[in-house]
Amino acid sequence: MNLKDDNTIVCRCADVTLGEIKEAIRKGYTTLDEIKRLTRAGMGQCQGKTCRNLLLQIIANELHISPTDVELSRLRPPSVTIPLELLAKEDANEN
Amino acid sequence: MKTKAAVVVIGGGVIGTAIAYELTLRGVRDIVLVEKNTLFSGATARCGAGVRQQWGTEMNLRLSIGSVKRYETLAEELDYPHGIEFSQTGYFMPVYTEKQRQQFEKNVSLQRKFGLDVQYLQPEECRSIVPIVSLDGLLGATYYDKDGYLSPFHTTAAYAEAAKRNGVCIEKNTEVLGFTMEKETIRSVKTNRGDISCDCVVNAAGGWSQEIAQMAHVTLPLFSERHQILVTEPIEPLFRPMVMSFTHGFYTQQEPNGAILMGVGDPHEPKGYNMDHSYHFLHTVASLVTSVLPAVGKARVVRQWSGLYNISPDKAPILGLPKEVNNMFLAVGFSGHGFMVAPMVSEMIAQMITNEELSIPEARTQLDLGRYDRGERIVEPSVV
Ligand SMILES: Cc1cc2nc3c(=O)[nH]c(=O)nc-3n(C[C@H](O)[C@H](O)[C@H](O)COP(=O)(O)OP(=O)(O)OC[C@H]3O[C@@H](n4cnc5c(N)ncnc54)[C@H](O)[C@@H]3O)c2cc1C
Repeated sequence: MNLKDDNTIVCRCADVTLGEIKEAIRKGYTTLDEIKRLTRAGMGQCQGKTCRNLLLQIIANELHISPTDVELSRLRPPSVTIPLELLAKEDANEN
Repeated sequence: MKTKAAVVVIGGGVIGTAIAYELTLRGVRDIVLVEKNTLFSGATARCGAGVRQQWGTEMNLRLSIGSVKRYETLAEELDYPHGIEFSQTGYFMPVYTEKQRQQFEKNVSLQRKFGLDVQYLQPEECRSIVPIVSLDGLLGATYYDKDGYLSPFHTTAAYAEAAKRNGVCIEKNTEVLGFTMEKETIRSVKTNRGDISCDCVVNAAGGWSQEIAQMAHVTLPLFSERHQILVTEPIEPLFRPMVMSFTHGFYTQQEPNGAILMGVGDPHEPKGYNMDHSYHFLHTVASLVTSVLPAVGKARVVRQWSGLYNISPDKAPILGLPKEVNNMFLAVGFSGHGFMVAPMVSEMIAQMITNEELSIPEARTQLDLGRYDRGERIVEPSVV
Protein backbone atom coordinates (compact mmCIF):
# COMPACT_ATOMS: atom_id res chain seq x y z
CA MET A 1 0.00 0.00 0.00
CA ASN A 2 1.20 3.49 -0.83
CA LEU A 3 1.73 5.33 2.44
CA LYS A 4 2.94 8.47 0.69
CA ASP A 5 -0.22 9.35 -1.23
CA ASP A 6 -2.83 11.05 0.98
CA ASN A 7 -5.64 9.76 -1.25
CA THR A 8 -4.81 6.14 -0.45
CA ILE A 9 -7.83 4.46 1.17
CA VAL A 10 -6.72 3.05 4.49
CA CYS A 11 -10.07 1.73 5.72
CA ARG A 12 -12.17 0.33 2.91
CA CYS A 13 -15.26 -0.37 5.01
CA ALA A 14 -15.66 3.21 6.17
CA ASP A 15 -13.89 4.81 3.20
CA VAL A 16 -11.21 6.68 5.15
CA THR A 17 -8.12 8.07 3.44
CA LEU A 18 -4.55 8.33 4.63
CA GLY A 19 -4.90 12.13 4.50
CA GLU A 20 -7.80 12.06 6.97
CA ILE A 21 -5.85 9.87 9.39
CA LYS A 22 -2.78 12.11 9.18
CA GLU A 23 -4.94 15.18 9.76
CA ALA A 24 -6.38 13.66 12.95
CA ILE A 25 -2.89 12.79 14.19
CA ARG A 26 -1.71 16.31 13.40
CA LYS A 27 -4.53 17.69 15.55
CA GLY A 28 -3.30 15.63 18.50
CA TYR A 29 -5.49 12.53 18.28
CA THR A 30 -2.66 10.05 18.53
CA THR A 31 -4.19 6.89 19.94
CA LEU A 32 -5.95 4.18 17.98
CA ASP A 33 -9.17 4.81 19.95
CA GLU A 34 -9.27 8.54 19.23
CA ILE A 35 -8.53 8.03 15.55
CA LYS A 36 -11.13 5.28 15.20
CA ARG A 37 -13.79 7.36 16.90
CA LEU A 38 -13.10 10.51 14.96
CA THR A 39 -12.49 9.11 11.48
CA ARG A 40 -14.54 5.87 11.80
CA ALA A 41 -11.52 3.94 10.45
CA GLY A 42 -11.77 0.38 11.71
CA MET A 43 -15.41 0.79 12.76
CA GLY A 44 -16.98 -0.75 9.65
CA GLN A 45 -17.99 -4.22 8.63
CA CYS A 46 -14.64 -5.91 9.19
CA GLN A 47 -14.07 -4.09 12.49
CA GLY A 48 -10.52 -3.18 11.62
CA LYS A 49 -9.30 -6.64 10.76
CA THR A 50 -7.82 -5.21 7.56
CA CYS A 51 -6.69 -1.75 8.59
CA ARG A 52 -5.74 -2.05 12.25
CA ASN A 53 -2.09 -2.84 11.63
CA LEU A 54 -1.92 -0.24 8.94
CA LEU A 55 -3.31 2.37 11.34
CA LEU A 56 -0.67 1.43 13.91
CA GLN A 57 2.02 1.82 11.25
CA ILE A 58 0.71 5.24 10.20
CA ILE A 59 0.52 6.52 13.79
CA ALA A 60 4.04 5.24 14.42
CA ASN A 61 5.36 6.90 11.24
CA GLU A 62 3.75 10.23 12.05
CA LEU A 63 4.94 10.24 15.67
CA HIS A 64 8.34 8.75 14.82
CA ILE A 65 7.90 5.91 17.28
CA SER A 66 7.78 2.15 16.96
CA PRO A 67 4.38 0.56 16.19
CA THR A 68 4.74 -1.46 19.39
CA ASP A 69 4.68 1.80 21.38
CA VAL A 70 1.30 2.92 20.03
CA GLU A 71 -1.49 2.71 22.60
CA LEU A 72 -3.80 -0.15 21.60
CA SER A 73 -7.56 -0.17 21.58
CA ARG A 74 -9.76 -2.90 22.87
CA LEU A 75 -11.15 -5.46 20.45
CA ARG A 76 -14.89 -5.66 20.94
CA PRO A 77 -17.05 -8.71 20.44
CA PRO A 78 -18.66 -10.41 18.60
CA SER A 79 -15.75 -11.66 16.53
CA VAL A 80 -18.12 -12.82 13.79
CA THR A 81 -21.30 -10.97 12.88
CA ILE A 82 -24.58 -12.47 14.11
CA PRO A 83 -28.10 -11.61 12.89
CA LEU A 84 -30.38 -10.10 15.53
CA GLU A 85 -33.16 -12.62 14.82
CA LEU A 86 -30.83 -15.44 15.80
CA LEU A 87 -29.77 -13.66 18.99
CA ALA A 88 -33.43 -13.02 19.81
CA LYS A 89 -34.13 -16.77 19.75
CA GLU A 90 -31.12 -18.00 21.62
CA ASP A 91 -30.84 -17.35 25.29
CA ALA A 92 -27.66 -18.73 26.72
CA ASN A 93 -26.39 -18.48 30.23
CA GLU A 94 -23.45 -16.21 30.37
CA ASN A 95 -21.04 -18.71 31.69
CA MET B 1 2.19 21.06 32.45
CA LYS B 2 1.09 24.32 34.07
CA THR B 3 1.33 24.43 37.85
CA LYS B 4 -1.14 27.25 38.32
CA ALA B 5 -4.58 27.94 36.83
CA ALA B 6 -7.68 29.99 37.43
CA VAL B 7 -9.91 26.99 36.75
CA VAL B 8 -9.11 23.28 36.57
CA VAL B 9 -11.78 21.35 34.68
CA ILE B 10 -11.75 17.61 35.48
CA GLY B 11 -13.02 15.41 32.65
CA GLY B 12 -12.55 15.43 28.88
CA GLY B 13 -16.07 14.37 27.89
CA VAL B 14 -18.61 16.59 26.22
CA ILE B 15 -19.46 18.32 29.50
CA GLY B 16 -15.88 19.20 30.52
CA THR B 17 -14.78 20.38 27.08
CA ALA B 18 -17.95 22.45 26.62
CA ILE B 19 -17.50 24.11 30.02
CA ALA B 20 -13.88 24.97 29.22
CA TYR B 21 -15.01 26.59 25.96
CA GLU B 22 -17.89 28.49 27.61
CA LEU B 23 -15.50 29.88 30.22
CA THR B 24 -13.25 31.28 27.50
CA LEU B 25 -16.27 33.08 26.01
CA ARG B 26 -16.65 34.88 29.34
CA GLY B 27 -13.09 36.08 29.41
CA VAL B 28 -11.71 33.50 31.83
CA ARG B 29 -8.04 32.84 31.07
CA ASP B 30 -5.72 30.23 32.51
CA ILE B 31 -7.92 27.18 32.22
CA VAL B 32 -6.48 23.68 32.43
CA LEU B 33 -8.59 20.66 31.50
CA VAL B 34 -7.32 17.34 32.84
CA GLU B 35 -8.43 13.98 31.48
CA LYS B 36 -7.15 10.67 32.82
CA ASN B 37 -7.39 8.91 29.44
CA THR B 38 -8.01 10.63 26.11
CA LEU B 39 -10.70 13.05 25.01
CA PHE B 40 -14.09 11.41 24.47
CA SER B 41 -13.14 8.18 26.18
CA GLY B 42 -15.86 8.04 28.87
CA ALA B 43 -19.63 7.92 28.49
CA THR B 44 -19.48 10.53 25.74
CA ALA B 45 -17.68 8.11 23.42
CA ARG B 46 -20.05 5.27 24.20
CA CYS B 47 -23.42 6.96 24.13
CA GLY B 48 -26.35 6.73 21.75
CA ALA B 49 -26.00 10.48 21.19
CA GLY B 50 -29.72 10.91 20.83
CA VAL B 51 -31.11 14.37 21.46
CA ARG B 52 -34.74 14.63 22.41
CA GLN B 53 -36.89 17.52 23.50
CA GLN B 54 -39.94 15.40 24.35
CA TRP B 55 -39.71 15.74 28.12
CA GLY B 56 -42.38 15.99 30.77
CA THR B 57 -41.02 18.69 33.10
CA GLU B 58 -40.38 22.36 32.47
CA MET B 59 -36.75 22.11 33.58
CA ASN B 60 -35.89 19.23 31.25
CA LEU B 61 -37.75 20.95 28.43
CA ARG B 62 -35.76 24.15 28.94
CA LEU B 63 -32.45 22.30 29.13
CA SER B 64 -33.06 20.27 26.00
CA ILE B 65 -34.75 22.92 23.85
CA GLY B 66 -31.99 25.45 24.55
CA SER B 67 -29.35 22.83 23.81
CA VAL B 68 -30.88 21.76 20.49
CA LYS B 69 -31.04 25.37 19.41
CA ARG B 70 -27.34 25.73 20.12
CA TYR B 71 -26.45 22.41 18.46
CA GLU B 72 -28.16 23.56 15.26
CA THR B 73 -25.45 26.16 14.66
CA LEU B 74 -22.65 24.90 16.88
CA ALA B 75 -20.32 23.70 14.13
CA GLU B 76 -20.23 27.20 12.62
CA GLU B 77 -19.90 28.83 16.01
CA LEU B 78 -16.95 26.61 16.87
CA ASP B 79 -15.53 26.90 13.36
CA TYR B 80 -15.36 23.14 12.91
CA PRO B 81 -15.40 22.48 9.17
CA HIS B 82 -16.12 18.75 9.40
CA GLY B 83 -19.44 19.52 11.10
CA ILE B 84 -20.96 17.71 14.06
CA GLU B 85 -23.33 15.57 11.97
CA PHE B 86 -26.50 16.84 13.62
CA SER B 87 -29.33 14.97 11.99
CA GLN B 88 -32.86 15.96 13.00
CA THR B 89 -34.71 12.81 12.06
CA GLY B 90 -37.03 12.81 15.07
CA TYR B 91 -37.88 10.66 18.07
CA PHE B 92 -40.80 8.22 17.89
CA MET B 93 -42.09 7.08 21.28
CA PRO B 94 -44.66 4.27 21.09
CA VAL B 95 -47.48 3.96 23.63
CA TYR B 96 -48.66 0.57 24.92
CA THR B 97 -50.77 1.20 28.01
CA GLU B 98 -53.69 3.42 28.91
CA LYS B 99 -51.67 4.99 31.71
CA GLN B 100 -48.87 5.79 29.29
CA ARG B 101 -51.34 7.27 26.85
CA GLN B 102 -52.66 9.67 29.47
CA GLN B 103 -49.14 10.63 30.55
CA PHE B 104 -47.94 11.16 26.98
CA GLU B 105 -50.95 13.30 26.17
CA LYS B 106 -50.18 15.45 29.20
CA ASN B 107 -46.55 15.69 28.12
CA VAL B 108 -47.53 16.70 24.60
CA SER B 109 -49.71 19.53 25.84
CA LEU B 110 -46.84 20.83 28.00
CA GLN B 111 -44.38 20.40 25.10
CA ARG B 112 -46.72 22.35 22.83
CA LYS B 113 -46.81 25.18 25.39
CA PHE B 114 -43.04 25.33 24.96
CA GLY B 115 -43.49 25.73 21.22
CA LEU B 116 -42.66 22.15 20.18
CA ASP B 117 -44.87 20.82 17.43
CA VAL B 118 -45.02 17.28 18.86
CA GLN B 119 -47.56 14.99 17.24
CA TYR B 120 -49.70 12.43 19.00
CA LEU B 121 -50.15 9.63 16.45
CA GLN B 122 -53.01 7.14 16.37
CA PRO B 123 -51.96 3.51 15.74
CA GLU B 124 -52.84 3.65 12.04
CA GLU B 125 -50.75 6.83 11.64
CA CYS B 126 -47.64 5.31 13.21
CA ARG B 127 -46.62 3.48 10.05
CA SER B 128 -46.40 6.70 8.09
CA ILE B 129 -43.48 7.61 10.39
CA VAL B 130 -42.04 4.14 11.11
CA PRO B 131 -43.23 1.85 8.31
CA ILE B 132 -41.82 -1.29 9.94
CA VAL B 133 -43.37 -0.85 13.40
CA SER B 134 -45.44 -3.80 14.61
CA LEU B 135 -49.04 -2.85 15.39
CA ASP B 136 -49.21 -5.55 18.06
CA GLY B 137 -50.52 -3.88 21.22
CA LEU B 138 -49.66 -0.44 19.89
CA LEU B 139 -52.03 2.28 21.15
CA GLY B 140 -50.28 5.19 19.47
CA ALA B 141 -47.04 7.16 19.66
CA THR B 142 -45.65 10.62 20.05
CA TYR B 143 -43.32 11.98 17.41
CA TYR B 144 -41.29 15.15 17.14
CA ASP B 145 -39.32 15.73 13.95
CA LYS B 146 -36.79 18.20 15.41
CA ASP B 147 -35.34 15.65 17.83
CA GLY B 148 -32.38 13.72 16.48
CA TYR B 149 -28.77 12.80 17.16
CA LEU B 150 -25.26 13.99 16.41
CA SER B 151 -21.70 12.74 16.52
CA PRO B 152 -20.49 12.71 20.13
CA PHE B 153 -16.89 12.51 18.92
CA HIS B 154 -17.01 15.47 16.58
CA THR B 155 -19.07 17.53 19.01
CA THR B 156 -16.50 16.99 21.76
CA ALA B 157 -13.58 17.50 19.39
CA ALA B 158 -15.19 20.73 18.15
CA TYR B 159 -15.58 22.07 21.71
CA ALA B 160 -12.06 20.95 22.66
CA GLU B 161 -10.39 22.47 19.61
CA ALA B 162 -12.23 25.78 20.03
CA ALA B 163 -11.29 25.81 23.73
CA LYS B 164 -7.66 25.17 22.81
CA ARG B 165 -7.65 27.97 20.26
CA ASN B 166 -8.98 30.25 23.00
CA GLY B 167 -6.07 29.32 25.23
CA VAL B 168 -7.26 26.32 27.26
CA CYS B 169 -4.52 23.77 28.06
CA ILE B 170 -5.82 20.25 27.58
CA GLU B 171 -3.81 17.65 29.45
CA LYS B 172 -4.56 14.08 28.47
CA ASN B 173 -3.33 11.05 30.44
CA THR B 174 -3.55 13.23 33.52
CA GLU B 175 -5.41 11.68 36.42
CA VAL B 176 -6.66 13.62 39.41
CA LEU B 177 -5.56 11.83 42.57
CA GLY B 178 -6.66 14.27 45.27
CA PHE B 179 -6.87 17.86 46.41
CA THR B 180 -5.01 20.08 48.82
CA MET B 181 -7.70 21.72 50.91
CA GLU B 182 -7.72 24.67 53.23
CA LYS B 183 -10.91 24.49 55.24
CA GLU B 184 -13.73 24.59 52.68
CA THR B 185 -11.54 25.62 49.78
CA ILE B 186 -9.60 23.55 47.27
CA ARG B 187 -6.15 25.13 46.90
CA SER B 188 -4.62 22.71 44.44
CA VAL B 189 -5.35 19.63 42.38
CA LYS B 190 -2.97 16.69 42.72
CA THR B 191 -2.41 14.67 39.58
CA ASN B 192 -0.14 11.85 38.46
CA ARG B 193 1.81 14.52 36.53
CA GLY B 194 2.14 17.07 39.31
CA ASP B 195 0.05 19.58 41.23
CA ILE B 196 -1.91 22.52 39.82
CA SER B 197 -2.82 25.29 42.23
CA CYS B 198 -6.09 26.93 41.30
CA ASP B 199 -8.93 29.27 42.22
CA CYS B 200 -11.64 26.79 41.44
CA VAL B 201 -12.36 23.31 40.13
CA VAL B 202 -15.08 21.91 37.87
CA ASN B 203 -16.08 18.32 38.52
CA ALA B 204 -17.18 16.97 35.12
CA ALA B 205 -15.86 13.46 35.68
CA GLY B 206 -18.98 11.61 34.52
CA GLY B 207 -19.27 8.13 36.03
CA TRP B 208 -16.34 8.89 38.32
CA SER B 209 -17.64 12.22 39.63
CA GLN B 210 -18.59 10.84 43.05
CA GLU B 211 -14.99 9.63 43.49
CA ILE B 212 -13.65 13.09 42.66
CA ALA B 213 -16.10 14.71 45.08
CA GLN B 214 -15.06 12.28 47.81
CA MET B 215 -11.48 13.49 47.41
CA ALA B 216 -12.80 16.81 48.73
CA HIS B 217 -14.81 14.99 51.44
CA VAL B 218 -18.10 15.59 49.65
CA THR B 219 -20.43 12.61 49.45
CA LEU B 220 -22.68 12.81 46.40
CA PRO B 221 -25.96 10.86 46.22
CA LEU B 222 -24.87 9.33 42.91
CA PHE B 223 -23.98 5.91 41.62
CA SER B 224 -22.70 4.58 38.33
CA GLU B 225 -24.23 1.78 36.34
CA ARG B 226 -23.19 -0.03 33.18
CA HIS B 227 -25.39 0.43 30.12
CA GLN B 228 -24.77 -1.66 27.04
CA ILE B 229 -25.25 -0.87 23.39
CA LEU B 230 -24.60 -2.50 20.00
CA VAL B 231 -24.37 -1.65 16.35
CA THR B 232 -25.20 -3.72 13.28
CA GLU B 233 -23.83 -3.85 9.77
CA PRO B 234 -25.38 -1.33 7.42
CA ILE B 235 -28.60 -2.52 5.80
CA GLU B 236 -31.13 -0.81 3.55
CA PRO B 237 -32.99 2.15 5.09
CA LEU B 238 -35.84 0.85 7.28
CA PHE B 239 -36.68 3.68 9.66
CA ARG B 240 -35.61 7.28 10.20
CA PRO B 241 -36.39 8.43 13.74
CA MET B 242 -35.00 7.17 17.01
CA VAL B 243 -37.52 4.66 18.33
CA MET B 244 -37.65 4.74 22.12
CA SER B 245 -40.03 2.50 24.03
CA PHE B 246 -40.53 3.06 27.75
CA THR B 247 -42.50 -0.18 27.92
CA HIS B 248 -39.57 -2.24 26.62
CA GLY B 249 -36.84 0.07 27.90
CA PHE B 250 -34.95 0.23 24.59
CA TYR B 251 -33.93 2.89 22.11
CA THR B 252 -32.80 2.24 18.55
CA GLN B 253 -31.71 4.40 15.63
CA GLN B 254 -30.66 3.69 12.06
CA GLU B 255 -27.72 5.85 11.06
CA PRO B 256 -27.45 7.47 7.61
CA ASN B 257 -25.01 4.74 6.48
CA GLY B 258 -27.64 2.08 7.34
CA ALA B 259 -26.08 0.71 10.53
CA ILE B 260 -28.55 0.27 13.41
CA LEU B 261 -27.67 1.25 16.96
CA MET B 262 -29.61 -0.12 19.92
CA GLY B 263 -29.45 -0.25 23.70
CA VAL B 264 -31.56 -1.34 26.63
CA GLY B 265 -31.27 -0.88 30.38
CA ASP B 266 -31.08 -3.93 32.62
CA PRO B 267 -33.17 -3.63 35.81
CA HIS B 268 -30.84 -6.14 37.50
CA GLU B 269 -27.62 -4.32 36.63
CA PRO B 270 -25.57 -3.89 39.82
CA LYS B 271 -24.17 -0.47 40.72
CA GLY B 272 -20.50 -0.09 39.87
CA TYR B 273 -17.85 0.60 37.31
CA ASN B 274 -18.02 -2.58 35.23
CA MET B 275 -17.66 -1.81 31.51
CA ASP B 276 -17.63 -5.34 30.09
CA HIS B 277 -20.27 -6.60 27.70
CA SER B 278 -22.54 -9.59 28.03
CA TYR B 279 -24.28 -12.11 25.82
CA HIS B 280 -27.36 -11.65 27.97
CA PHE B 281 -27.60 -8.08 26.67
CA LEU B 282 -27.39 -9.22 23.03
CA HIS B 283 -30.25 -11.62 23.55
CA THR B 284 -32.39 -9.15 25.51
CA VAL B 285 -32.05 -6.20 23.18
CA ALA B 286 -32.46 -8.39 20.09
CA SER B 287 -35.71 -9.92 21.36
CA LEU B 288 -37.20 -6.62 22.52
CA VAL B 289 -36.31 -4.63 19.42
CA THR B 290 -37.37 -7.32 16.96
CA SER B 291 -40.72 -7.65 18.76
CA VAL B 292 -41.44 -4.00 17.94
CA LEU B 293 -39.49 -3.72 14.65
CA PRO B 294 -39.44 -7.26 13.23
CA ALA B 295 -37.71 -6.22 10.00
CA VAL B 296 -34.47 -5.34 11.76
CA GLY B 297 -34.04 -9.04 12.64
CA LYS B 298 -31.91 -9.67 9.58
CA ALA B 299 -29.34 -7.02 10.53
CA ARG B 300 -26.09 -8.57 11.75
CA VAL B 301 -24.43 -7.31 14.92
CA VAL B 302 -20.85 -6.17 14.36
CA ARG B 303 -19.92 -4.64 17.69
CA GLN B 304 -21.13 -4.26 21.27
CA TRP B 305 -19.77 -2.10 24.05
CA SER B 306 -20.85 -0.36 27.23
CA GLY B 307 -20.46 2.81 29.24
CA LEU B 308 -21.49 4.25 32.58
CA TYR B 309 -24.64 6.15 33.45
CA ASN B 310 -24.04 8.46 36.41
CA ILE B 311 -27.38 8.32 38.19
CA SER B 312 -28.88 10.85 40.59
CA PRO B 313 -31.90 10.31 42.87
CA ASP B 314 -34.30 12.13 40.53
CA LYS B 315 -32.43 11.32 37.30
CA ALA B 316 -31.79 15.02 36.76
CA PRO B 317 -28.34 16.60 36.79
CA ILE B 318 -26.72 18.26 39.79
CA LEU B 319 -25.24 21.65 38.95
CA GLY B 320 -23.39 24.07 41.19
CA LEU B 321 -21.55 24.08 44.51
CA PRO B 322 -21.97 21.59 47.34
CA LYS B 323 -22.38 23.18 50.76
CA GLU B 324 -19.13 21.67 52.07
CA VAL B 325 -16.74 23.12 49.47
CA ASN B 326 -16.91 26.66 48.13
CA ASN B 327 -14.98 26.24 44.89
CA MET B 328 -15.82 22.83 43.37
CA PHE B 329 -18.55 23.32 40.75
CA LEU B 330 -20.45 20.13 40.02
CA ALA B 331 -21.74 19.19 36.57
CA VAL B 332 -22.70 15.62 37.35
CA GLY B 333 -25.50 13.05 37.63
CA PHE B 334 -26.74 13.18 34.04
CA SER B 335 -28.45 9.81 34.47
CA GLY B 336 -28.10 8.69 30.85
CA HIS B 337 -29.07 11.90 29.08
CA GLY B 338 -26.22 14.34 29.52
CA PHE B 339 -25.14 14.60 25.93
CA MET B 340 -28.40 16.21 24.82
CA VAL B 341 -28.18 18.98 27.44
CA ALA B 342 -24.46 19.73 27.26
CA PRO B 343 -24.75 23.18 25.61
CA MET B 344 -27.15 24.58 28.23
CA VAL B 345 -25.43 22.92 31.17
CA SER B 346 -21.97 24.10 30.18
CA GLU B 347 -23.19 27.63 29.58
CA MET B 348 -24.79 27.75 33.03
CA ILE B 349 -21.75 26.33 34.84
CA ALA B 350 -19.63 29.03 33.18
CA GLN B 351 -22.23 31.62 34.25
CA MET B 352 -22.06 30.36 37.84
CA ILE B 353 -18.28 30.62 37.88
CA THR B 354 -18.31 34.17 36.49
CA ASN B 355 -21.23 35.27 38.69
CA GLU B 356 -23.60 35.97 35.84
CA GLU B 357 -27.30 35.42 35.81
CA LEU B 358 -28.16 31.92 34.58
CA SER B 359 -29.82 31.27 31.23
CA ILE B 360 -32.41 29.31 33.24
CA PRO B 361 -32.50 31.25 36.54
CA GLU B 362 -34.53 28.50 38.28
CA ALA B 363 -31.66 26.06 37.76
CA ARG B 364 -29.82 27.62 40.68
CA THR B 365 -32.46 26.41 43.13
CA GLN B 366 -33.89 23.43 41.26
CA LEU B 367 -30.76 21.63 40.07
CA ASP B 368 -28.47 22.32 43.03
CA LEU B 369 -27.29 19.52 45.29
CA GLY B 370 -29.16 21.07 48.21
CA ARG B 371 -32.52 20.14 46.67
CA TYR B 372 -32.27 16.64 48.09
CA ASP B 373 -31.71 17.97 51.62
CA ARG B 374 -34.74 20.20 51.20
CA GLY B 375 -36.80 17.22 50.07
CA GLU B 376 -37.27 18.66 46.59
CA ARG B 377 -36.85 16.80 43.32
CA ILE B 378 -37.37 17.13 39.61
CA VAL B 379 -40.27 14.73 39.04
CA GLU B 380 -39.79 13.64 35.45
CA PRO B 381 -42.40 11.21 34.12
CA SER B 382 -40.57 10.63 30.83
CA VAL B 383 -37.32 8.95 31.64
CA VAL B 384 -36.10 5.41 30.97
C1 LIG C 1 -24.80 3.34 26.51
C2 LIG C 1 -25.09 4.79 26.76
C3 LIG C 1 -26.02 5.45 25.95
C4 LIG C 1 -26.30 6.81 26.16
N1 LIG C 1 -27.18 7.43 25.32
C5 LIG C 1 -27.39 8.77 25.46
C6 LIG C 1 -28.22 9.46 24.54
O1 LIG C 1 -28.78 8.87 23.61
N2 LIG C 1 -28.40 10.79 24.71
C7 LIG C 1 -27.79 11.48 25.73
O2 LIG C 1 -27.98 12.69 25.85
N3 LIG C 1 -27.00 10.85 26.61
C8 LIG C 1 -26.77 9.51 26.50
N4 LIG C 1 -25.96 8.88 27.38
C9 LIG C 1 -25.40 9.64 28.51
C10 LIG C 1 -24.22 10.48 28.07
O3 LIG C 1 -23.26 9.65 27.47
C11 LIG C 1 -23.59 11.18 29.27
O4 LIG C 1 -24.57 11.79 30.08
C12 LIG C 1 -22.60 12.24 28.84
O5 LIG C 1 -21.75 11.76 27.83
C13 LIG C 1 -21.81 12.68 30.06
O6 LIG C 1 -20.69 13.42 29.64
P1 LIG C 1 -19.56 13.75 30.68
O7 LIG C 1 -18.59 14.62 29.98
O8 LIG C 1 -20.17 14.22 31.95
O9 LIG C 1 -18.94 12.32 31.06
P2 LIG C 1 -17.81 11.45 30.35
O10 LIG C 1 -17.90 11.48 28.89
O11 LIG C 1 -17.82 10.12 31.02
O12 LIG C 1 -16.49 12.24 30.74
C14 LIG C 1 -15.94 12.19 32.03
C15 LIG C 1 -14.45 12.09 31.86
O13 LIG C 1 -13.82 12.23 33.14
C16 LIG C 1 -12.64 11.49 33.11
N5 LIG C 1 -12.20 11.24 34.48
C17 LIG C 1 -12.79 10.43 35.39
N6 LIG C 1 -12.06 10.40 36.52
C18 LIG C 1 -10.99 11.21 36.32
C19 LIG C 1 -9.86 11.57 37.11
N7 LIG C 1 -9.68 11.08 38.36
N8 LIG C 1 -8.95 12.43 36.60
C20 LIG C 1 -9.11 12.91 35.33
N9 LIG C 1 -10.15 12.58 34.54
C21 LIG C 1 -11.07 11.75 35.02
C22 LIG C 1 -13.05 10.22 32.39
O14 LIG C 1 -11.95 9.54 31.84
C23 LIG C 1 -14.00 10.74 31.33
O15 LIG C 1 -13.37 10.93 30.07
C24 LIG C 1 -25.65 7.52 27.21
C25 LIG C 1 -24.71 6.86 28.01
C26 LIG C 1 -24.42 5.51 27.80
C27 LIG C 1 -23.40 4.85 28.66
